[in-house]
Amino acid sequence: MKILVPVKRVASLDDEFELNDDGRDVDPDFCEFDLNEFDEYALEAAVQIKEAAPEGTVEVVVLTIGPDDADDVLRKALAKGADRAIRVDDAGLEEADRVAIARVIAQVAENEEPGLVLCGAQSADQGHAQTGMSVAALLGWARTAVVSKLDFTPGAATAQVERELEGGLVERIEVETPAVLTIQLGINTPRYASLRSIKQANAKPIECLTPQDIGLAAAEIGGAGALSRVRRVFVPERGRGEIIAGTPSQQAARLLEIISEVNG
Amino acid sequence: MSGILILAEHRRGTLRDATLEAIGAAGTLKAVLGGPVTVLVIAADPAPLAKAVSVGAVDEVITVARPDAATYEPHVYEAVLRSVIAQRLPALVLMSHSVDSFSLAPAVAIGEGLGFATDVFGVAVEDGEVVATRAGYNEKVFVEIDFPGRTGVLLTLRGGAFAPETAPASPAVSALEAGDGKARSKHLDWRDPPASGGIDIPGSPFILSIGRGVGDEANVAQFLELADGLGATLGCSRPIADNGWLPKARQVGQSGQLAAKCNLYIAMGISGSVQHQWGMKHVETIVAINKDPEASIFTIARYGIVGDMLEIAEELRKQKGIQ
Ligand SMILES: Cc1cc2nc3c(=O)[nH]c(=O)nc-3n(C[C@H](O)[C@H](O)[C@H](O)COP(=O)(O)OP(=O)(O)OC[C@H]3O[C@@H](n4cnc5c(N)ncnc54)[C@H](O)[C@@H]3O)c2cc1C
Repeated sequence: MKILVPVKRVASLDDEFELNDDGRDVDPDFCEFDLNEFDEYALEAAVQIKEAAPEGTVEVVVLTIGPDDADDVLRKALAKGADRAIRVDDAGLEEADRVAIARVIAQVAENEEPGLVLCGAQSADQGHAQTGMSVAALLGWARTAVVSKLDFTPGAATAQVERELEGGLVERIEVETPAVLTIQLGINTPRYASLRSIKQANAKPIECLTPQDIGLAAAEIGGAGALSRVRRVFVPERGRGEIIAGTPSQQAARLLEIISEVNG
Repeated sequence: MSGILILAEHRRGTLRDATLEAIGAAGTLKAVLGGPVTVLVIAADPAPLAKAVSVGAVDEVITVARPDAATYEPHVYEAVLRSVIAQRLPALVLMSHSVDSFSLAPAVAIGEGLGFATDVFGVAVEDGEVVATRAGYNEKVFVEIDFPGRTGVLLTLRGGAFAPETAPASPAVSALEAGDGKARSKHLDWRDPPASGGIDIPGSPFILSIGRGVGDEANVAQFLELADGLGATLGCSRPIADNGWLPKARQVGQSGQLAAKCNLYIAMGISGSVQHQWGMKHVETIVAINKDPEASIFTIARYGIVGDMLEIAEELRKQKGIQ
């Protein structure tokens, strides 16, 4: 059985970032990229299922959509226990939103026929919480979002999962498989990659495919397959509080004053 | 295409406040968008919920009684909601940006070909077209989204972004049979959050909270002492509880506790994700201490210190004579 784990390269912004000329995104020169934290938990969940199964019976496939810089997150995933990596890229994907990205993931899932698709609950940078559940909708598979515990034996017709709700309430459910699950932080402890596994990962091939290669029609990719469009990105005018300047000692002294002012 | 359709969200028999917020948002959009405001209640026993959503600008309540909707099940909800949308063709569909919506909204938007945006905190109508505003890059920028070519739009609304509507109204209530969706997951049971062990985040007037900036488990103990010495309750962001460095009862935020009675909140090494803000942004005096001057926590803080939380903590201990 295969487990497909789509992973995303997320961006965090520099202190002083700038927008692109078209004002519709941040200039990537001012971004630092890393593997989405939520996806690390999804990957770890997949690798744990693999390790609990008889050797060689479960394959963990990671997938990302993006240009070749995105190989970094695939290598990281390979170093943490993924067996195979796929990257889909095409200039036509540029105007994609989450639903259009999900169309690519769903198509890869159709081709690979995994028993489970495990995604992060959301991305740490944009937080749409759409991609994973869009994949399920496009595949017509069963789905559960924000999974905080997962019990699944490869080949079983159902998985027992816990989904974490607002206020920390947990619902225990049984979900049909194949299923798409989105994974919540804290479900496990993602492993660190050893130096040896990093070296091995760097030597592994990454399958680079286009939407055409996987069998996706032009009318489904990028902006054509999207349900939304970014019109404008801007830095909001927000009320900024008073910045307490000075040495740490002065800052702490002022903070103690504030505490006694408020607490009377 | 006209009117606004709101999906009522309920859990264990109780309407969730987010639905009243969606009704509040619909009240202000009704005039520019035109058409009725309709609330859809899908439940095993919709009657009491139908009453609870009869507020504000609501013109009509549609109830769909299904025994398999005693607990939330996304595939059952999807079929009902899609069939109501297909019949009514609302210009705007609203739900809350909740864990339940995560597994429902994308399927409905894709299935019905609706424009789609999530975690929206601003909605405008320009030349008859819906424009939504949300945040990006961990709350550091705002993003305006439009939906070219889409006649209907589905939005999930950020909790707390719209004022709830509670004034009673007398909408028409009609029962409908809709949707033939089959459940594909089965509710087994509920598990309430673990006992708080005497930790009272909701009742505490003064909370000192630590986030991932604390760096290491070994650094946590000194913040327990610091909070104690300052007369504060120690709170934390989610990663700290997930790591097991502090009990879940100390977690502030959407999947943790609401700092309900707090009037002074010191956030140390917390970036200010929307889920954390949910639990504390209402607090009158927020002090943020963070190494990153652009951290979004500063945008809701009354006072900010750009600096190292460990250094500041050491100074506080020294000046207060805490060991
Ligand atoms: C459904 C759902 C529910 C969630 N519920 C919650 C919830 O209830 N509560 C919650 O908190 N999160 C919740 N989250 C997680 C949330 O999205 C964030 O991942 C989390 O809040 C981040 O915690 P943080 O700010 O401590 O860590 P980070 O985002 O990693 O931020 C750490 C900050 O510390 C600063 N820093 C680092 N070192 C130092 C130093 N030495 N001194 C000062 N500053 C330093 C950094 O600049 C950074 O801003 C939820 C997520 C989902 C999807």
